[in-house]
Amino acid sequence: MDIKNLIVDKVRNQFGDSLIEVVEFAGDLSLTIDSKKNRELSEFLKSDPELQFLMCKDVTGIDWGTRKNRFTVVYHVYSFQLNFTLRIKCNLEGEETKIDTVADIWLSANWYERETYDMYGIIFKGHPDLRRMYMPEGFEYHPLRKDFPVLGIPNSLPLPNKID
Amino acid sequence: MGLEAKLTQDGFITSTLDAVIAWARKSSVWPMPMGISCCAIEMIAAADPKYDIARFGSEVMRFTPRQCDLMIVAGTVTYKMAQVVRRIYDQMPEPKWVIAMGACTSSGGMYRSYSVVQGIDQFLPVDVYTAGCPPRPENLLNALMAIQDKISKSKARDFQDKLYTNLELSNN
Ligand code: SF4
Repeated sequence: MDIKNLIVDKVRNQFGDSLIEVVEFAGDLSLTIDSKKNRELSEFLKSDPELQFLMCKDVTGIDWGTRKNRFTVVYHVYSFQLNFTLRIKCNLEGEETKIDTVADIWLSANWYERETYDMYGIIFKGHPDLRRMYMPEGFEYHPLRKDFPVLGIPNSLPLPNKID
Repeated sequence: MGLEAKLTQDGFITSTLDAVIAWARKSSVWPMPMGISCCAIEMIAAADPKYDIARFGSEVMRFTPRQCDLMIVAGTVTYKMAQVVRRIYDQMPEPKWVIAMGACTSSGGMYRSYSVVQGIDQFLPVDVYTAGCPPRPENLLNALMAIQDKISKSKARDFQDKLYTNLELSNN
């Protein structure tokens, strides 16, 4: 059976209506799932003996700006068994910025979630160490949000005093 | 006939202290290689046998600021990194000079964004700006010669009564 059909069938059997959308584009398979089911899905994908998505390659966010459900969290997971990368998307409701962490399922997600928190302000509930990563601690903005100006907000980042 | 053969006895020369000190200083400018990104590779190339920064007495690049008197800031300085650059500058003994190497260091370069400092003159006193992205090693040597020129015109007492105010970092 084709790998993509196998994955979609298995996920649909397990999650039914929580699987909101299946998109295949340019050879990539993307599953959109209810954001409350992200942990369950992660555990399933990792532990299913036929799928074995053992590696989380990436976690990131999308800020859609004015869209009704503003934020989307995106995961890329990889199966050595199938040699296949799967994309999972979770739309967050309204202006919601919270989602459950998967850092205990895939250890590599720890830093990726910190990165996503730093740049998008998405809070991963249950993350062991949710701190700033690129931006200085205490910085109050999230630079990859659409409402953050490209040139930054003047004086929001401290510089050492000037020497004359 | 060499100089040694001519000087069979102890001799003496006359000069001014300023001239001797300035000559000594300019002939042994020890750089602090503050290489942050791609420009640093050109800075490293300046130390190789082809460009040979040793001709100017400046081959002593040690990764400690304690013995350096020239900071070559080579690379893209972000706001987060600025604190570190400044701390290392503060640890260098006086008198000291700064070369801003490359477009990023001098003006933010192509990184017109929230994270990159748009010119290190916002927190460091810069003596020479070097154009280019990256500047060729010759261009860095040219900047070094400009620094030497500046030093050779200095007087030792210029640094004697200098007041070092404003040395505390803005935070952390
Ligand atoms: S000026 Fe060009 S070469 Fe130098 S650090 Fe910037 S981008 Fe790199």
